[in-house]
Amino acid sequence: MIAGLAFYFFAFILIAAAVMVVTARNPVHSVIWLIAAFFNAAALFLIAGAEFLAMILVIVYVGAVAVLFLFVVMMLDVDFAQLREGVQRYAPIGAVVGGILFLELLLVLSVWRFAPDAAALRMAPMPEGVTNTEAIGRILYTDHIYLFQISGLILLVAMIGAIVLTLRDRPGTKRQDVGAQIARSSAVAMARPELGEGIRREDILRPLPPPAKEAPKPVTHEGGHH
Amino acid sequence: MTQPLLAQYFPILVFLGIAGGIALAMVGGSILLARQKPDAEKLSAYECGFAPFDDTRRRFDVRFYLVAILFIIFDLEVAFLFPWAVTLGDIGWLGFFSMMGFLFVLTVGFIYEWRKGALDWE
Repeated sequence: MIAGLAFYFFAFILIAAAVMVVTARNPVHSVIWLIAAFFNAAALFLIAGAEFLAMILVIVYVGAVAVLFLFVVMMLDVDFAQLREGVQRYAPIGAVVGGILFLELLLVLSVWRFAPDAAALRMAPMPEGVTNTEAIGRILYTDHIYLFQISGLILLVAMIGAIVLTLRDRPGTKRQDVGAQIARSSAVAMARPELGEGIRREDILRPLPPPAKEAPKPVTHEGGHH
Repeated sequence: MTQPLLAQYFPILVFLGIAGGIALAMVGGSILLARQKPDAEKLSAYECGFAPFDDTRRRFDVRFYLVAILFIIFDLEVAFLFPWAVTLGDIGWLGFFSMMGFLFVLTVGFIYEWRKGALDWE
């Protein structure tokens, strides 16, 4: 009873938020409505018994994907006046594409049938006495090992793709080059100045002169006597 | 018909109801009880404030986006670790090494991005 009421409550808010995502004028507001939709979808997952998925939805989608969407929206630099200009020109082709998609959806929906054992499966998503997370863990890493490894490869491709697409070297960048740092250690001279005299080289130790003399004196004496 | 799990989440539903009720009571009470005298001057910038110079939306560096994408990827990696850690006792060596292979693939990506300098800022 309470679960049923909660289902209709969250489902209503979810659909209302989804409508607002599409109709909101300001894209930033759209993203905020999208976050509300994510939260309500998580509540629906909970009602369906998918506890782990609900929490992952909150962590990954609300915590990370929504932030990414915000970045994209901010980066797009949408000019509304410019957007409106094209509406007249692009409306017919947009309507055609939308109509085709709608027809396809209708076709899919017309042949939709529930699997005969779906109702029973929905209410018993996991074995008795096992938490949801455990039920996922028991089959994900062994029975579905190929899918799991493929998901790892997809993440790798996403990582490399993001770096290849967005990382560019800019001229002013200063990076640490460990090899070069270690290689120039000979340029740093160690000195032991006399008491009260300093090393008298403008307080900065310059790199040692190239070894033109056959036996370069230690820096200490040069500093002390000049 | 309902999931047995849902009983544990009932307190959260109660909290949601209380939070929504308090929020509604505050906003609704201020609308109903307070005297409403809308005035354009009340909404204008005054004294220490000033009108904004330009739009809030401006282009910024694509590197923020790169950092966000890399964060999502490692976030997902960690999400895969949770069920594995819970069931490590049941799934045996196959499960253990399956996760090690997954982590190895992502570590290759991590070394790549480190060497490429994607984690350096300036």
